Amino acid sequence: MVEEIGKTAEGDLIINVGPQHPATHGVLHLIITLNGETIKKVEPHLGYIHRSIEKMCESLTYRQFIYTTSRMDYLSAHINNHACALTVEKGLGIEIPARAQVIRVLMDELTRIASHELWWGAMAMDLGAFTPFFHAFRERETINDIMEETCGARLTMNYMVPGGVMIDLHPNFQNRVKNFLTLYKRKIHEYDELVTGNIIFQNRMKGVGVLSKEAAISFGVTGPAARGSGVSCDVRKLYPYEIYNSLEFDEILETEGDSFARYMVRLREMNESIKIIEQLIDNIPEGDFQAKTKAVLKLPKGEYYQRVETARGELGVYIVSEGGTTPYRIKFRSPGFSNLSCLDHITRGGKIGDLIASMGTLDLVIPDIDR
Amino acid sequence: MFIVDYVKDVYGAMKSLLVGMNRTGYYFTHHKEIITEEYPDNRETLILPERFRGEVVMAHDENNEHACTGCSACELACPNGTIKIINKFDISPEGKKKKAIDTFVYHLELCTMCGLCVEACPTAAINMANTFEHSVFNRGQLTKRLNKPDSKLKAGVE
Repeated sequence: MVEEIGKTAEGDLIINVGPQHPATHGVLHLIITLNGETIKKVEPHLGYIHRSIEKMCESLTYRQFIYTTSRMDYLSAHINNHACALTVEKGLGIEIPARAQVIRVLMDELTRIASHELWWGAMAMDLGAFTPFFHAFRERETINDIMEETCGARLTMNYMVPGGVMIDLHPNFQNRVKNFLTLYKRKIHEYDELVTGNIIFQNRMKGVGVLSKEAAISFGVTGPAARGSGVSCDVRKLYPYEIYNSLEFDEILETEGDSFARYMVRLREMNESIKIIEQLIDNIPEGDFQAKTKAVLKLPKGEYYQRVETARGELGVYIVSEGGTTPYRIKFRSPGFSNLSCLDHITRGGKIGDLIASMGTLDLVIPDIDR
Repeated sequence: MFIVDYVKDVYGAMKSLLVGMNRTGYYFTHHKEIITEEYPDNRETLILPERFRGEVVMAHDENNEHACTGCSACELACPNGTIKIINKFDISPEGKKKKAIDTFVYHLELCTMCGLCVEACPTAAINMANTFEHSVFNRGQLTKRLNKPDSKLKAGVE
């Protein structure tokens, strides 16, 4: 039986899921080899939304290239921009004002909550429950309104610039965030009532798509997907950037490694983000929101790398500079690509109905995979 | 013991479904909790935040004067080649040549609303407007001229 897995035999059925399929959340193309209802092989085909962002960045200056990264993982656009800004600042060797650091962390955590909320709604929709989507969007809309008021856009904010943030916080920001916190605390129990405790949901999630700790490490899975398997990989804890080392929050770990564990990690992570926001929202220091930088940025010759924790996992930005105004080479280590690579491993031998549940808990964003 | 577990499972399952249905019933009877906005019927009451980035506009005062000196900082800052500035040379009364803008071309179809041009402008001549309904029937209508005809540079802006 073991030899048969992974090989196409007579009587096998090969079906295409995507590139236009509602459950793949974008243009992901999966070629699935089936024996009856059992999955023998899952082969992802990429490239349908490849925009060559890395190559494009080589012709843009260090101020301009940041906006393109909002189009990679558009649900955590802020955190992508943050990673790029941090890398450029590392190269320039400039100190960021305390106020800018706090603003950045606040925005990051708000983005993380918004991203996890969208994931929660979309994943419940994959499994056939449509109402949770609206419940999730109600809270997410509040965050989007906050973003719109301060940054000027809802999804692709482009708020981070090398040296700080583009514009100071809106005067309403603190009140708005506090209103969001009260709304969130009043409504979060609905998530458990509607979905987490539901017996149908639990039966579809528990014991499905098991990713062992060793496999998670060998596939390079990061973020909540790996923490569901017990791999401690939170960049905010292990390699703290900005002010994360002075904040109190827990790294959420589950040990089961199945779809339900990954689900619980994300739900509990939202509460940790709320904790971080509560610590910071009343303690935003006064001062500049942007460090003084030159009009034309030139990174000294060398290589720079910085990683951050996005909502989906570890994002690494690698810049090679020749000393000019544009980067010589940029490489993004995106979390979605590595997380997708374990899809074949966790669904092989399972039923095709469980493929969607496993894929949903990996939280794939397709533009992040292709770039 | 199998029977006891079985009954427990069935009871737990029924309870979890009823808890969920209770939540659905709550929203069925509480209409005030519904927050749906009916766009485009609410166009009159729809208020966008003033920082919302819709499109680039150039502010003109009542004398048809603007603050754009034609320095091309926005053109250089734009990552997409959205802005093209065509300059001309005005002859001042003293007979000196002075640079001024002839046409400020703005390609809305290329714009990603990143706001880098507004950030780069040294005289705050351009800013982002709140308009967001940009669909037109002809692509040519998206290429705009931002400085009004016969407009001049504001006195005192260098």
